[in-house]
Amino acid sequence: MDENLKAELSKQGIFATTLQELYNWGRKSSLWPLNFGLACCAIEMIATTMARYDLARFGAEVFRPSPRQADLMIVAGTVTKKMAPQVVRLYNQMPEPKYVISMGACAISGGPFKQGYNVLKGIDRFIPVDIYIPGCPPRPEALIDAFIALQKKIDAQVLTGEARPRHLNEAIPGEYVVPDFGAHDIEPTHNPGVWQPPSLVQITPAPQAGTDGTRTP
Amino acid sequence: MSTTYAPVSEPITGSAPVTGRPAPRPATPVLSGPDLPEQYLELSMGPQHPSTHGVFRMNVVLDGEQVVKLKPVFGYLHRNHEKIAESESYLGNMPYTDRLDYICSITNNWAYALAVEKLGSIEVPERAEYIRVITGELTRLQNHACLLGFLLQDMGASGTPLMYAFREREKVLDLFESLTGARMMCNYLRFGGCRVDLPPGWLNRAKAFLADFPRFLDEFERLLVGNEILMERTQGVGVLSRELAISAAISGPMARASGLNYDIRKADGYSIYNRFSFRVPLGSHGDVYDRYMIRFLEMRESVKILDQAMRDIPDGPIQNPAVKARLFRPKPGEAYGRIESPKGELGFYLISDGSGIPYRYRVRPPSLINLTVLEDLCLGHNVADVIAVLGSVDIVMGEVDR
Amino acid sequence: MELEPLKLEIEAAVPGCRLEIIPNLGPSAQHSLLVDPEHGLAVAFYLRDAAEFDFCTNVTGVDWPPRELTEKIKIKQIVEGVEKDVDQIRKVQIPGYLEAVYHLYSIERRLGPLPLRMRTADRDSCTHLPSLTTVWRSAEFQEREVYDLYGIYFDGHPDLRRLLMWDSFVDYPMRRDYVEPDDYEYEPTAHDQVLARAKEHASKAGAL
Repeated sequence: MDENLKAELSKQGIFATTLQELYNWGRKSSLWPLNFGLACCAIEMIATTMARYDLARFGAEVFRPSPRQADLMIVAGTVTKKMAPQVVRLYNQMPEPKYVISMGACAISGGPFKQGYNVLKGIDRFIPVDIYIPGCPPRPEALIDAFIALQKKIDAQVLTGEARPRHLNEAIPGEYVVPDFGAHDIEPTHNPGVWQPPSLVQITPAPQAGTDGTRTP
Repeated sequence: MSTTYAPVSEPITGSAPVTGRPAPRPATPVLSGPDLPEQYLELSMGPQHPSTHGVFRMNVVLDGEQVVKLKPVFGYLHRNHEKIAESESYLGNMPYTDRLDYICSITNNWAYALAVEKLGSIEVPERAEYIRVITGELTRLQNHACLLGFLLQDMGASGTPLMYAFREREKVLDLFESLTGARMMCNYLRFGGCRVDLPPGWLNRAKAFLADFPRFLDEFERLLVGNEILMERTQGVGVLSRELAISAAISGPMARASGLNYDIRKADGYSIYNRFSFRVPLGSHGDVYDRYMIRFLEMRESVKILDQAMRDIPDGPIQNPAVKARLFRPKPGEAYGRIESPKGELGFYLISDGSGIPYRYRVRPPSLINLTVLEDLCLGHNVADVIAVLGSVDIVMGEVDR
Repeated sequence: MELEPLKLEIEAAVPGCRLEIIPNLGPSAQHSLLVDPEHGLAVAFYLRDAAEFDFCTNVTGVDWPPRELTEKIKIKQIVEGVEKDVDQIRKVQIPGYLEAVYHLYSIERRLGPLPLRMRTADRDSCTHLPSLTTVWRSAEFQEREVYDLYGIYFDGHPDLRRLLMWDSFVDYPMRRDYVEPDDYEYEPTAHDQVLARAKEHASKAGAL
């Protein structure tokens, strides 16, 4: 719809929108996070909900203790292998549509504790992550920035067609396999449907200046 | 996932107890799995729970609402800090110590620096000691404020006390950020001193904060001390006897609330604490209310120490010039260094084999040791009281599991 | 803290115990008392009751794999008809053992820390030590952790099971010869040692 027409109509008190915009606006403005802090990043997450960096302004008013009532899981802190099955179970228990923010270096890839035998090197090995926030711990402003980025991502969702989100697409499963405790490690070590280790290819050297007409490096 | 655990089938006995020794641990009946009698309910509280202070799990067996057995399960945040530390240099381990008790990063740094200074016999200059005391006591203030906020939040005072506490904490974090560059993971202390000196104007800002802090304490006390709900829920709940506290090596405010007069700042006199006059508050009942009130009193004592330290801080170097931090190679030997962290006795046990990497690096976590008696404190109480007791123990899972 | 008088007291009170003072070579001067496992419990009771070391703050384990000590000693040898002092390198093989260390403090007498050590016979089959939980309650969780991470069995512990790792975990991770599972993701720009390890990892996983 033409933006100018929309502006004119709204001046007259008529609000014209599409179902998609309304749907996305409703979803993004009331994202209720799951009350789920693992480690140090959880304290920054709590600080973000406190009076100084109020996250409630963006719709995350109530942190739900039960996964059945939440639609955003902020994985804040190191995910250990002992905790990994619980995280995946909680994710499975959340109803669609659900989003994951991976907060802090530990949740992205293991962080400073990457050498640990009990540390899962990133929660994206088992569940799909929407937004990653680097930092150790990321500042509350960074969490707010990530929240806004997630809101923009939700706003850009197209509800029909090939690119429709997971919760409107029956073909994509919303539940992921929960790892088991093995004798030495959790089994499986990662979910191949969600995450593949990067392939070991050598970086090709940059093209020489002037040989093929491209710009000089 | 496995949830079986070997039940206690007979009480622990030792040699004939002399008066003043704790009674043997009560024998909890055989209760688990299919043998569970019908009226009992086996419940797993955690690891995801709104009020378990992080990823902590308790397997409780309930008779109605009363707790009949309670077994804590740890390890959900076991980040292998000790194993990683045995392959990192001494200085490289300093940022990891921030992440142990992640609410109080500077006191963690201090305990580690103290242990290494004992290991290598390193002197710390005057000004650095004063800065350590100032930042350490500021850490204690914000830790106790957070704890009070969390305890009340867990008991249902849905958010407001925590907001007030975090308001004060944010002021302290601002001070830390201008000093060290980071709000939480300060990585500020070094072996033989501090990393950077106080920026100009920092002391004045700290003094301004301190002048305002007693007002926050008064406000909090006015709102909560005579509060009926708080008193009903916390008085007489989770009583810890002095003898059990000694036997279980409980330290910190939890032990002092049971009447054990043991404050490492006075007992060991580490750093320059023997220059400051401050009292050690003691409780008489050892219940949750005492542990709660003692933190108020400790905050007031910390304000006194801060006043004295900020008044007397001298000029001078902040780092011992003889220490080469990056190439630090202590002589072979071992050392156990401990401080009074806001949670209790935080100790580091280091064994050096002469190389730049510790041979054995052990963290003595106050939160884990203080949880030894969790079952004793909660037996016979209701489920809701378990949350209050757990809140009063003041645990941080980064320290419990390391 | 003077350990000699304490050692004599304990030897008098607990007949048959074998005590040894392990000097601390570093400047912290925290010398340890090594006690044999058979009399560990009796010595611990004596320390708690008579010597008033009632505060056992820290229980930890240490892994000492078999190691070789080289020492230079002077021996007398006939060299070219003259008796001289000659330096000789002597290698001493010390068998491996696991060790449990207890740090004791006395609140009343303001003493401490006293590290009390007990060593197992070896690292494979004889890894049993007496549990001191009946003496000091604080040992309860910490001995479980030592069992979990080092594999020392504490006889007499009321509830000996793993503390930090899950129950079906079989390794003892803090031992020096523990090899952790290789579940790293190797970045595409690996080089030197990391590239070698990455190629080994990839050949095992069958993906490149």
